[in-house]
Amino acid sequence: MSHAPQPLGAPAVRREGRAKVTGTARYAAERGLPGCLYAWVVPATVPAGRVTAVRTVDALAQPGVHSVLTHDNAPRLHEPDDPILAVLQDDRVPHRGWPVALVVADSLASARAGAEALHITYETTEHDVVLTEDHAGLYTPEEANGGYPAVRERGDFDRAFAESPVRVDVTYTLEPLHNHPMEPHASTARWSPEGHLTVYDSSQGATKVRDSLAAAFGIGTDKVTAVSEHVGGGFGSKGTPRPQAVLAAMAALHTGRPVELALARRQMPALVGHRAPTVQRVRLGAGPDGTLTSVAQEIITHTSTIKEFVEQAAVPARVMYGSPHSRTTHRVAALNVPSPSWMRAPGEAPGMYALESAMDELAAELSLDPVELRLRNDPADEPDSGKPFSSRGLAACLREGAERFGWQDRDPAPGIRREGALLLGTGVASATYPVYASPGHASAHAAPDGTYRIAINATDIGTGARTVLAQIAADVLGAPLDDVAIDIGDSDLPDASLAGGSSGTASWGWAVHKAASGLAERLAAHTGPLPDAGVTVTADTTEETAEKSPYARHAFGAHFAEVAVDTRTGEVRMRRMLGVFAAGRILNSRTGRSQFIGGMTMGIGMALTEGSTLDPVFGDFVESDLASYHVPVCADVAAIEAHWIDEDDPHLNPMGSKGIGEIGIVGAAAAVGNAFRHATGVRLRTLPLTPDRVLTHLA
Amino acid sequence: MDPTSTWEGGAGEPQAPGDLPSATLTLHINGTEHTLTLDHRTTLLDALRHHLDLTGAKKGCDHGQCGACTVLVDGRRANSCLLLAVSQEGSRITTVEGLADGDRLHPLQEAFLERDAFQCGYCTPGQLCSAAGVLAEADYGHPSHVTPHDAPVGVPARLGPEEIRERMSGNLCRCGAYPRIVEAVEDVAS
Ligand code: FES
Ligand code: FES
Repeated sequence: MSHAPQPLGAPAVRREGRAKVTGTARYAAERGLPGCLYAWVVPATVPAGRVTAVRTVDALAQPGVHSVLTHDNAPRLHEPDDPILAVLQDDRVPHRGWPVALVVADSLASARAGAEALHITYETTEHDVVLTEDHAGLYTPEEANGGYPAVRERGDFDRAFAESPVRVDVTYTLEPLHNHPMEPHASTARWSPEGHLTVYDSSQGATKVRDSLAAAFGIGTDKVTAVSEHVGGGFGSKGTPRPQAVLAAMAALHTGRPVELALARRQMPALVGHRAPTVQRVRLGAGPDGTLTSVAQEIITHTSTIKEFVEQAAVPARVMYGSPHSRTTHRVAALNVPSPSWMRAPGEAPGMYALESAMDELAAELSLDPVELRLRNDPADEPDSGKPFSSRGLAACLREGAERFGWQDRDPAPGIRREGALLLGTGVASATYPVYASPGHASAHAAPDGTYRIAINATDIGTGARTVLAQIAADVLGAPLDDVAIDIGDSDLPDASLAGGSSGTASWGWAVHKAASGLAERLAAHTGPLPDAGVTVTADTTEETAEKSPYARHAFGAHFAEVAVDTRTGEVRMRRMLGVFAAGRILNSRTGRSQFIGGMTMGIGMALTEGSTLDPVFGDFVESDLASYHVPVCADVAAIEAHWIDEDDPHLNPMGSKGIGEIGIVGAAAAVGNAFRHATGVRLRTLPLTPDRVLTHLA
Repeated sequence: MDPTSTWEGGAGEPQAPGDLPSATLTLHINGTEHTLTLDHRTTLLDALRHHLDLTGAKKGCDHGQCGACTVLVDGRRANSCLLLAVSQEGSRITTVEGLADGDRLHPLQEAFLERDAFQCGYCTPGQLCSAAGVLAEADYGHPSHVTPHDAPVGVPARLGPEEIRERMSGNLCRCGAYPRIVEAVEDVAS
């Protein structure tokens, strides 16, 4: 361990690494609380309707079963801030998988046996879970996720497109996708005799969990502590409080004992959000030299009947390429489906699959190199807002990626590279992700022994938040990293935003930077030894994070992929993948690289293995477990590299960083799909590229 | 940990499961004997996590689909969610908590730290136990799907990246740490 100050960006090792490799890091369902009971969720087995009766007598007769909670006897909640949390409050079933009972027992085996022994009857109503392009329920919402306007028009798209000498008019269809973090959503809840609720929750932001639980149970936020010390991934699905936190707290209130509730893997798709399916029509009009004249991206998607969530897939088209005429729209239909929500890069991931595939189709139409086509349409200002970019590294990423990947020798002709029964091909796609930052609070403390302690309710869902925040503080304080301790993951610490929108490090880092800067000033002004209690400075970044920027701020990137397609089996394998990103200053090269590669890997899944379908009759997700929903395995990820270019952008935050958690998945699937087309000459406009889909197209 | 102690933290209190079929048995875990009375339905994974407070082994699916619960049973890797605890009397179980030698980390643990072979860490205990199993399997000369058909039989198998990727593919990592996991295992194998 080094005692010299390390520059920001150094590959510091994860602070909780040792705890994680020795198995001592405790996650939400691992608290070992004395007297703890175990709960099991009973999901609705009809796609719509209401519960008419629950017969609990057999369940309660099961040895070890303590109680059964239903809408008849569960604690009453105040209206929660998110309708998905209003569980066991009434008899309605908005979708299959909605919790209709909770069995609490001495052991998990008993709780499950109790659940099996419950008799529930339903009144079933008509249901509809199938999104179609001409669905009668489609409407244009006010806004899409993220607060983006649902519709934007610039110029006269219809005329410009009609007059364009080169046109692409294509529709892409994406299935629902599931986040499936390896740690299922879990909570352990306990109430103190004085009425204080403590919930260990697998979440991406414990401040929000505390606030939601306080609102739901009608108690002050000072009466709730939410702890998210170690979290086994989330990818958006733990960004908002989930039903298990409310159910565990209800069960603990009802029984007077601590209760642990971990969702079963198969229950997750219905309860923790999903990436909504999209049908995306993309139209690109260009001049003979490839200069875009018109860009349209029109999205159709679904939401649930209890909540409007609109995947903002047309939003990246407002950022990516210059064109005088543009239309970007979203329409949505409310179906009897589980509520969709955030999954890594909502909007950008599906939207850029379609846009970047269409750009590849346009390049083929023009007989122009797809890297060159993108370079020719790289705008100086953000097309939609007209604002200048604070920095835009797309061209640099494309050039550096092309160089590293060996793109220059590529023969654009499709379907000609054979290796026995394999067809080989390469593809490229761009990536983008917005820069977000939220307000936060932090405290920085200097002890008389020369050490420091930083406190902020940040969450480490695998990003290395502890490590990078300590690095930021050490950098400001000019202190060795080992002299800076950090506390995160507990809502009793200073309030902070969630790990989401690739904004964690920017938001928390900003607050930590401000607190540490204040502390450094105080120490500089101080003479003599510090008082025994040390010196503490707190900071609040509400003002600076709310400031409107005159700049359009986004990260950019470029993916290059090579695939091999087996003409006998239809199997598509990644040969190699390379990404280059421009995301401001990278604050920890070791953990930063892991995040980029993790995103790219999820993009490989999106392209090749992951897909989910709603059963039209039963109304549930068919691929609801890890045996049927295929996340990539080790053998699916051969050679994969992430690089970045140095970006010095003074218009961001004091660290000069953009977010990196999501951009790795954006465009990745398009690069794979484009490589598939280059390999085979076949353009498939849907994912994943599974053998059943592929084989029928390979003569 | 005191090698004779049993966990008494509450959740782990041996239950008196009334009319549930149960048995009193002794499990050998990480070199320690634990005598427990367990409901017959208890999986080895739940016995570890709920009765012994050994929460290193993770539950990702409870159905043998993810590998997060991987432990070593008599030196061979197994999904502990698929084993009934009562069937494990007499076997020697090693969990992630038992890999290190006191304060000295197992070389695989060192390599995982050095290579940043994890992010959220939830799959990591399973990856580590699985990797330890892989090293032993290769030593015994067990072939894998990608071992060349003409590879000599009964001599230690060489663990290159392709072999490691294949053999480690029963352990899902949603964070996508695979390339670093492969490097870490290769560091120790060579
Ligand atoms: S928990 Fe055992 S394989 Fe997933
Ligand atoms: S490190 Fe998160 S699942 Fe592997």
